[in-house]
Amino acid sequence: MKNRINVGAVVSALVLVCCGALLLSQKVNAAGEGKITGTVKFEGTPPHMRGIDMSKDPWCVKANANTPQHLQTTEVGAGGGLEYVAVYIDGWSGPANVETSTPVFDQKNCMYVPHVMAVDPGQTFKVMTSDQTAHNIHPEPNPMVNIPWNQSQPPGAPPIEKSWKNPEMIPVQCNIHPWMHGWHVVVKGPVAVTDENGKYTIENVPPGSYTVKAWHEPDTTETTKVTVAAGQAATADFSFKK
Amino acid sequence: MRTTLLTWSLLLSVAVMLALPSISRAQLTTEDIASRDNMESHVAGYTGHVHDAAYDYRRYCVGCHGEMGDGNGEVAQWLEPPMWPKPRDFQLGIFKCRSTPTGTLPTDDDLFDTIARGLDRSAMPIWNQFTKYQRANLVAYVKHFSPRFVSEKPGTPIVIPPEPEVTPERIKNGREVFARVQCWKCHGVQGMANGPSASTLTDDLGYKIVPFNFTDGTRPKCGDTDRDIYRIFMTGLDGTPMPSFADNIKPDEAWDLVFYLRTFMQQKSKAKEVAKTLSLKPVSANP
Ligand code: HEC
Ligand code: HEC
Repeated sequence: MKNRINVGAVVSALVLVCCGALLLSQKVNAAGEGKITGTVKFEGTPPHMRGIDMSKDPWCVKANANTPQHLQTTEVGAGGGLEYVAVYIDGWSGPANVETSTPVFDQKNCMYVPHVMAVDPGQTFKVMTSDQTAHNIHPEPNPMVNIPWNQSQPPGAPPIEKSWKNPEMIPVQCNIHPWMHGWHVVVKGPVAVTDENGKYTIENVPPGSYTVKAWHEPDTTETTKVTVAAGQAATADFSFKK
Repeated sequence: MRTTLLTWSLLLSVAVMLALPSISRAQLTTEDIASRDNMESHVAGYTGHVHDAAYDYRRYCVGCHGEMGDGNGEVAQWLEPPMWPKPRDFQLGIFKCRSTPTGTLPTDDDLFDTIARGLDRSAMPIWNQFTKYQRANLVAYVKHFSPRFVSEKPGTPIVIPPEPEVTPERIKNGREVFARVQCWKCHGVQGMANGPSASTLTDDLGYKIVPFNFTDGTRPKCGDTDRDIYRIFMTGLDGTPMPSFADNIKPDEAWDLVFYLRTFMQQKSKAKEVAKTLSLKPVSANP
C-alpha cells in the first residue's frame, strides 16, 4: 500500500519534471535564436535617380504635387547605404518563415509601397490600392518558374490575395503607369530588406553557419558567410557597385 | 549622309535589341518535349493524340511556331510587332484566348476554338479546312510543348449569365462602368486605341503592343460574339497588358459594358441601334 503511493508520486513527479524540462528547453531554444544584421553600401558615385514624369495621369501628378517621385532602382542614402536590397539565407532548410502578419503590396500615389516586398514560397500576400486612379497589377515571372497574371485594380477595388509557388525575383509592373516598377522577392526562410540607410536585420536565425546573399535589382547578388551564435547578432556587411 | 543614316539605324536596332526581351524564352530539350508524347485532348467528343497531329503540325504550323513550339519558326523573324505579333511560344503555356481566369491554363475547348478562329490582326490564319478530329489532335500537340499541362489543370471557366435584353438604361450604365474601371486609360474615351497609356504598352516578351481599336472595323482576336467580348475583359489576355476585370465588374454590369462597347464598333448590333436615340457623349478622361 505504502509502496503503491510512492510509485504514483514518483510517476507524477517524473511527468512534471519532464514537462518542465520540455517547456524550458523550448524557451531556451527561442532565446537561442540569433540574428544577422549589417549595412549594405553603394561604392562609388551613385547613378542619378531621375524624377518621374507622371503627366500621362493628372491624378498621379496631383497626388505627388508636394514631393515629386523619382526612380528607386538605385536608392542611395546620405551615408552611402543602399536601400531595397533583399538579404536572405542561401539554401535555407529550416521551416518556412513564420510571419504573423500578411505582407501587403500597396499601390499608393502611383508608386509601389514597398518597392521591394519579400515573401516565402506559398506565403499569402495582399495587393491593394490606395489610389483614386485605375491600376493594373502585372507580375512578370519567368513562366517556367512561376505563373504570370494580370489584374485590374480600379479605385475602391478590394484587395487581391495571392501567393507564389517557387523562389524567384519577380518584377511587377503597371502597364497603365509604365514608371511603376516593383519586385516580389520570393525566397525561403528569414529575409530582410534594407532601409533608407542600407541597414537590415534578419530576425529568428538559429545558431549555425550560413551563406548569406544580398540581392539588388535587377540581377546583382553578393554572397558572404557568417556564423550565428546562440542569442547573438552576427554582422554581414555588403557593398555593391554598378 | 547615307552612312550616318545606316550607322544610326544600326545603333538604334542594337539599342532596341538590348532593351528587348525582359523574360528569357524557355528552351526545353527535344527529349523533354518528347516525354509528353502521350498528352491527350478531350474536346468535341474526340480524344486528340499528339502523334496523330505530327503531320499537320509540320505541314501547317511549324513555319511560324517552330519545330520546338517556341515560336521561332522560319517566318517568325519577318513578323514585326506591334503590327505583326510574334507567333506564340507554346513552351511557356501562356495564352491570350481563355475562358479561364488570368494566370490559369486554357481549356481544350478554348484552344480548339482558337485554332478554328485564327487570330485577327496577326499572321495566325483561320484554319477552317481541318476536321474537328484534326483540330482535337492539334490541341494535344500544342499542349505537349509545355510542362504546365502536366503539372496543372486548366482553370475553371468563368460563368457567363444569359445575355439580357439591350435597353437604353443598360447602355448608359455600361458607359458608367467603362468610366469607373477606366478602360479608356488604354483604349481611349472613344475606343480608338489612343488612351493616355496606349503608346507605352509592351507584352510580356518586351515587344510593343497596341490596345484593340474598337472603331476600325477589325474583330477581337478571341472572338466577336457578345459572349466572347464579355469573356475577354473578364479573363484578360494573358501575356499582354490587357488585364482581367473579374474582381471589379459584376456579371450583370459586364453585359451593360458589352452593350456600350458595341456602340463604338462598326459591326451592326442592337446596341448600336438603341444608342442612336441616346446621343451619348464620350466619358471624361479627368474624373
Ligand atoms: C503564318 C504564321 C502562323 C502559322 C502558320 C500558325 N500560326 Fe499560330 N500563331 C501565329 C501568331 C503570330 C500567333 C500570335 C498572335 C497574337 O499574339 O496575336 C499565333 C498564336 C497561336 C496560338 C495561341 C492563341 C492564344 O490564345 O494565345 C495557338 C494555339 C496557335 N497559334 C496554334 C496554331 C496552330 C495549331 C497552327 C497550325 C495549324 C498555327 N498556329 C499556325 C502565327 C501562326
Ligand atoms: C493596361 C491597358 C489596358 C486596359 C486598362 C484595358 N485594356 Fe483592353 N486591351 C489592351 C491591349 C494591349 C489589348 C490588345 C491585346 C492583343 O492584341 O493581344 C487589349 C485588347 C482588348 C480587346 C480585344 C481582345 C481581342 O481578342 O483582340 C477588348 C475587347 C478589350 N481589350 C476590352 C477592354 C475593356 C472592356 C477594358 C476595361 C474594362 C479594357 N480592355 C482595359 C490593353 C488594355
